[in-house]
Amino acid sequence: MSELTLTVMRLGFLAVLWLFVIVAVQVIRSDLFGTRVTQRGSRRNAGDTRPQQARQTAAAPPQQRQQPGRQRRGAPTKLVVSEGTLTGTTVALQGQTITLGRAHDSTIVLDDDYASSRHARIYPDRDGQWIVEDLGSTNGTYLDRTRLTTPTPVPLGAPIRIGKTVIELRK
Amino acid sequence: MSVVTNTTTIGAIDAPSRRNTELALMVFAIAISVFAYANVGLAMDGTLPSGMLGYGFGLILLGGVAHLVVRKFAPYADPLLLPLATLLNGLGLVLIWRLDQSERLIATAKSLYGAFTPSAPRQLLYSAVGVALFAAVLFLLKDHRILQRYTYISMVAALVLLILPMFFPGKFGAKIWITIAGFSIQPGEFAKIIIAIFFAGYLMVKRDALALASRRFMGLYLPRGRDLGPILVIWAMSILILVFETDLGTSLLFFGLFVIMLYVATERTSWIVFGLLMSAVGAVGVATFEPHVQQRVDAWLDPFGEKTMAHSDQIAQALMSFGSGGTLGTGLGQGHSDLIGFAANADFILSTVGEELGLAGMMAVLLIYGLIVERGVRTALAARDPFGKLLAIGLSGAFAIQVFVVAGGVMGLIPLTGMTMPFLAAGGSSVIANWALIGILIRISDTARRPAPAPAPSSDAEMTQVVRP
Repeated sequence: MSELTLTVMRLGFLAVLWLFVIVAVQVIRSDLFGTRVTQRGSRRNAGDTRPQQARQTAAAPPQQRQQPGRQRRGAPTKLVVSEGTLTGTTVALQGQTITLGRAHDSTIVLDDDYASSRHARIYPDRDGQWIVEDLGSTNGTYLDRTRLTTPTPVPLGAPIRIGKTVIELRK
Repeated sequence: MSVVTNTTTIGAIDAPSRRNTELALMVFAIAISVFAYANVGLAMDGTLPSGMLGYGFGLILLGGVAHLVVRKFAPYADPLLLPLATLLNGLGLVLIWRLDQSERLIATAKSLYGAFTPSAPRQLLYSAVGVALFAAVLFLLKDHRILQRYTYISMVAALVLLILPMFFPGKFGAKIWITIAGFSIQPGEFAKIIIAIFFAGYLMVKRDALALASRRFMGLYLPRGRDLGPILVIWAMSILILVFETDLGTSLLFFGLFVIMLYVATERTSWIVFGLLMSAVGAVGVATFEPHVQQRVDAWLDPFGEKTMAHSDQIAQALMSFGSGGTLGTGLGQGHSDLIGFAANADFILSTVGEELGLAGMMAVLLIYGLIVERGVRTALAARDPFGKLLAIGLSGAFAIQVFVVAGGVMGLIPLTGMTMPFLAAGGSSVIANWALIGILIRISDTARRPAPAPAPSSDAEMTQVVRP
């Protein structure tokens, strides 16, 4: 065996040995699992919730309360994000305006490339009917398949689409 | 003015079982061992060694069986313990085989015993027995808390194991072997596991009395006189072992283990102070009177002195081999650690590591030992029951003390003792007992990391919500 081969093997062995130690330490690092944040309102989707969304929604500042409308029978009680990165997030509907957008002070902070910073808002009118209004967004807000041009009442369960995010009102 | 946003629940993330991580690391560990084997063969003969296939296959078989047993019986166990132990065992086999090739050692063996028997095949056999015991521990011990029932039986068993060697003739100056039907066993290796079980069971019951009933004096909590009883008994026992078996290693392991577990159980620093004082007094006392221990101390203080060299040049040779290894080592199979002669592949195997892999390799090997201890301590932290906590700390503490005592002895930090490097050194009892130790640790870590059953969903969760002003 040539001197060169032996030297390469000698150093190679040390490198491999150290690589093993480093890999082992990496395994220890990935083994330090922390805590998981789940939404109480969406236990069904607990598997795909991410801590990030809780932080975002929790950071939302209090909104101005609108004139509280009478709760009608069959009125929606919560808003559910059914598609997109925030899937599973729910917001209880208690007569407040819900703002949607990338801005940090939105009720639901959208992490969506196609959303504007102040994209849309959802609010109840005097009769307690929930209305969705596009706030001049770049890519538009869709209710079912139609792009919104004026404030439109939201039927129960109809998908409101903002970029890749889909929101529904549910009972 | 209040708005309810959606509320959040914070819970623990389900621990993944991580068996595939373990499998990947096992493959890596075995590949390293086979690479080392090829390395030795190429350096010594210029060809790939003929036995490489056999050893590689044997290691794959052992590692595979161990991994499958863990997958079946301890699916949530720590992913690192098994690969680390496998790597050490594989490296040990390579180093023992490398020393088997040394003509100098063959000649020495022939002149001493008339014949030379290679140690590596025997070591592979012992490793197989060790892995079998490892599998048996995982298979039979479904819950480590069963061991708690045998607290006092294990005390008796450990005492018997520790006292037995006194009645057998000493070998190489220390009475730590018992010989049955031609097999010599080092009972101290097994005693360390059994004694850890006893200490864990005993301290779990007594720790409150030991921790709370104490007086404060000069910043230390001094235990009451009657609570000093157990530590005095253990101290006396370890001194007796030192005197009658002339083995510093077992004595230190035995006493050190008790002090560690006492400290962990009671959180009182005073026990450590007491322990260190008592072991210092004991060691100095015995070293002054016992000639064999005195000799070892002399060899430690002055390894190159005339008096020591006339008796044995082992420590001097070991220190020289560390020195000639330097930072990066001479390369596997190219050192001269066989000059140590007798016990080069047992007590002194670390000097082969130090010479042929250098400081860099030595550090890696010590880190691997450190990682095993770290995983043991992590297991103790994660364990939910106090017995499991104490047992895991005891077993990893015993492992750590053993590594310290042997490595310290070979490197000249403390007087040399008759213990072996876990997994690395040639010796059946050591490798078998340490596989059992790893087995118990894996069992505890499986219990500790197993996800708790999910709490029943409560209907109140929906009702209580955070109200922001």
